[in-house]
Amino acid sequence: MSAVTAAPPSSRAEPARGGTTLTGTWGQVRFILRRDRVRLLVWSLGIPLLYLGSLPEYTTMLEDAQGRAVRAALVSSPAMVAMTGPGYGTDDYSVGPALANELTLWVVLALALMSILQVVRHTRAEEESSRSELVRAAAVGRHAAVVAALFVVVVVNAVIAVLSAAVLAANDLDATDALGMTVGIAVAALTYGAVALVAAQVTEHSRGATGLSMAVLGATFTVGTIGNMQELGGSWASWLSPIGWAQQMRAFVDLRWWPAGIGVVAIVLLLLLASSLASRRDFGAGLVPDRPGRADALDSLRSPGALAWVQQRMSLLWTAFGLGIMWLAMGTVASQVPELTKTLQDNPVYASILGAGDPVAGFLRIIVLYAALGAAVFGIVGMLRAKAEEDAGRAEYVLATPVARGRWFGATLGITSAATVVVLVVGVAAGAAGAVFTGLSDPSFGTILGAGLLYLPAIAVFVGFAAVIYAWVPRASTVSWVLLEWAVVVALFAGLFHIPEWAQKISPFWWVPDSLNGDVDWAHVGGLCAVALVLVVLAFVGFRRRDIATK
Amino acid sequence: MTTTAATTAGSRAATAPAVEIHDLRKSFGSVQALDGLDLTVEAGQVAGFLGPNGAGKSTTIRVLLGLLRSDSGSARLLGGDPWRDAVALHRRLAYVPGDVSLWPNLTGGEAIDYLARLRGKPDKKRKAELLERFELDPTKKARTYSKGNRQKVALVAAFVSQVDLLVLDEPTSGLDPLMEAVFTEHVREAKAAGTSVLLSSHILSEVEKVCDTVTIIRGGRAVESGTLDDLRHLTRSSVTAVVDGDPSPIGAMAGVHDLATTTSDAGIRVTFDVDNSEMGRVLPAVSALGVHSFTAQPPSLEELFMRHYGDELAADGVPAQGARSKAGAR
Repeated sequence: MSAVTAAPPSSRAEPARGGTTLTGTWGQVRFILRRDRVRLLVWSLGIPLLYLGSLPEYTTMLEDAQGRAVRAALVSSPAMVAMTGPGYGTDDYSVGPALANELTLWVVLALALMSILQVVRHTRAEEESSRSELVRAAAVGRHAAVVAALFVVVVVNAVIAVLSAAVLAANDLDATDALGMTVGIAVAALTYGAVALVAAQVTEHSRGATGLSMAVLGATFTVGTIGNMQELGGSWASWLSPIGWAQQMRAFVDLRWWPAGIGVVAIVLLLLLASSLASRRDFGAGLVPDRPGRADALDSLRSPGALAWVQQRMSLLWTAFGLGIMWLAMGTVASQVPELTKTLQDNPVYASILGAGDPVAGFLRIIVLYAALGAAVFGIVGMLRAKAEEDAGRAEYVLATPVARGRWFGATLGITSAATVVVLVVGVAAGAAGAVFTGLSDPSFGTILGAGLLYLPAIAVFVGFAAVIYAWVPRASTVSWVLLEWAVVVALFAGLFHIPEWAQKISPFWWVPDSLNGDVDWAHVGGLCAVALVLVVLAFVGFRRRDIATK
Repeated sequence: MTTTAATTAGSRAATAPAVEIHDLRKSFGSVQALDGLDLTVEAGQVAGFLGPNGAGKSTTIRVLLGLLRSDSGSARLLGGDPWRDAVALHRRLAYVPGDVSLWPNLTGGEAIDYLARLRGKPDKKRKAELLERFELDPTKKARTYSKGNRQKVALVAAFVSQVDLLVLDEPTSGLDPLMEAVFTEHVREAKAAGTSVLLSSHILSEVEKVCDTVTIIRGGRAVESGTLDDLRHLTRSSVTAVVDGDPSPIGAMAGVHDLATTTSDAGIRVTFDVDNSEMGRVLPAVSALGVHSFTAQPPSLEELFMRHYGDELAADGVPAQGARSKAGAR
């Protein structure tokens, strides 16, 4: 009964008044908002600002009929469809349809990522750390934490949708269509949030829940993209993806609201599933209980490298497998590209802008780029495991044995690098295999694989950058992601935002030669290798000098 | 009471001290964690390292393990430099952290093997023996272990290796009293085998049971150090007696503090504290009053501790003479 003192105000009730399983939800909501105030504010303002920033570019680009025709032709190429949407409104490609067609995918991906991380962070991660044990022991209902986490995600997505629609409406776009677009995006993002809630019930670990949700996001992205490429306006496959539902709202072209309804139904079903799974398990447990393991370690477990391998091998297996399937599926579309572009070839505008470029090579280049991005993400995540080991005190523990600093650091870096190479090679090979199996003969399997391998030095730069940041300023480890984020922006939006060339050159990917469409500049390759080497050396120097901090 | 054989410190002094710290300083930003610390652990000795949370015990240990670099001062470990010779020195020591974090997907048995193998060739028989003594199930995944069980994993991993020095940072946190006894036993065994031990703790009885010397640290500085006997000489004993005569003259004697009397049917009940150095003079005076009953409590580490932290506790609203007032109430 004395626990009442620690409870939020709403539940400062006499025991006689009782409470429901939702008692304390409001206190939890305020607690989440307090903890996440900065990150939620950044998201809430960042997305509307993204629209605000891209509006002038689109307005200028699509000012006259010629500009509209060129852009419409461009986004109809399969390579661009894989990076945009199903192509509604390309017959009169003004600012509204262009925004809806080209930005929906990326905003959904970003907000889906936010929703997944937010849901896992406040459900499974809390449970895993046993912080929520403290909360649950107070006068807080069993469902309060989950409902509060969901409520906050819904509110944040709603706020972003309304603000974004307001920004668009303020810039002379139809307010109803604008709201249709942003609400469609919010519903899609929330669907992934609901997926994360289900995943949080199935696995015991936040890392697993995040991974599972990301796998769903990746799979639906791939299926939806393939659907969009198959025909203008999307095929049936487009409808298998929540991203597709948002795109099928046809905002600014022929707005319809019912695709958002599919999302709402999906969310309700997922929440019911999560709740039924939750009632079948104990606090802190997953659905799959732990089995006893070995009493003695295998003989091979006798070095930091062996341990790093044990820790990374499952994530390597699943990442390589999952991404491999995605790129394989995308690769199968490559042989259809000439067919898909036939109508476009007759279009004089299209010919004038893409005349020289081979559409097949252009499309394969995108697959290779995606595979490289996936490998870079894997590499950075792997490198930052060292930070988690250090925070938890396990680095301290191992470094108190006769293991030199460099050996411990090298073990994480070495295993991560090797695993990253595997992820890239498997990914590119899978994409190439998909293309070759479905009848593509030019470029050959080897040529596509070669184009992928040329990304290795750039990926090494990303991993090296993460290693340097961790080694010198461990507190700032998340800065490792900034370089990759910049590379994504440059790779996808350099033309749209008129990013100056010097700024584009900051992205390691900018220096990667495109062997599918031109010659290889080996100086660039060598330069990337040199930068990666310098970063790694710097990282070792830094890590040997600094204090090991346990949190 | 335990009969702590506070053995002579000099018997093994032939070899270099296991730990030798002089005027050590370390700051984190504006926080001065170590502020001129001195600490010595002679070879073969069990040294207690006492202090409240945040006194700088773990920081000292991390400097000794080469995990932190000190700002100034000197630290020697087994005759070597803790930072420069880290790897070579670590072959000769085992460390138990205060808050053990294990690899969630390894079992306890795997973690023990891994840590022991990094240090050298582990003895399988000894591992089985220790697992039995500590009643630890090695087949469970580390993430399912309670805090006490994680601590046991670290203890087994430390005791399984034959080393010259054990560095134990609050090693018994989370252990039940039964396991604490097993731990104490193993520390004594290690000492008998010639191993030096640095045992940091804020559990006084634990230190009292096994340590030859004690260093009390506060605010990053050693405030008291010596053998248990040395320290006890500095302290007072609590005396309670029932007498016939008027005890008030005793209150005026040198070395007598906080005298209080109550009258009961049995006689006059008197309680006071007396400096151990003055005990010889005070005792005859008491016995001259006609003693019905007499108890004298030896000073516990509790009291040593209270003396060093008393003023701090008083500032926090805790009675400064906690130990003594307890005796007085009897």
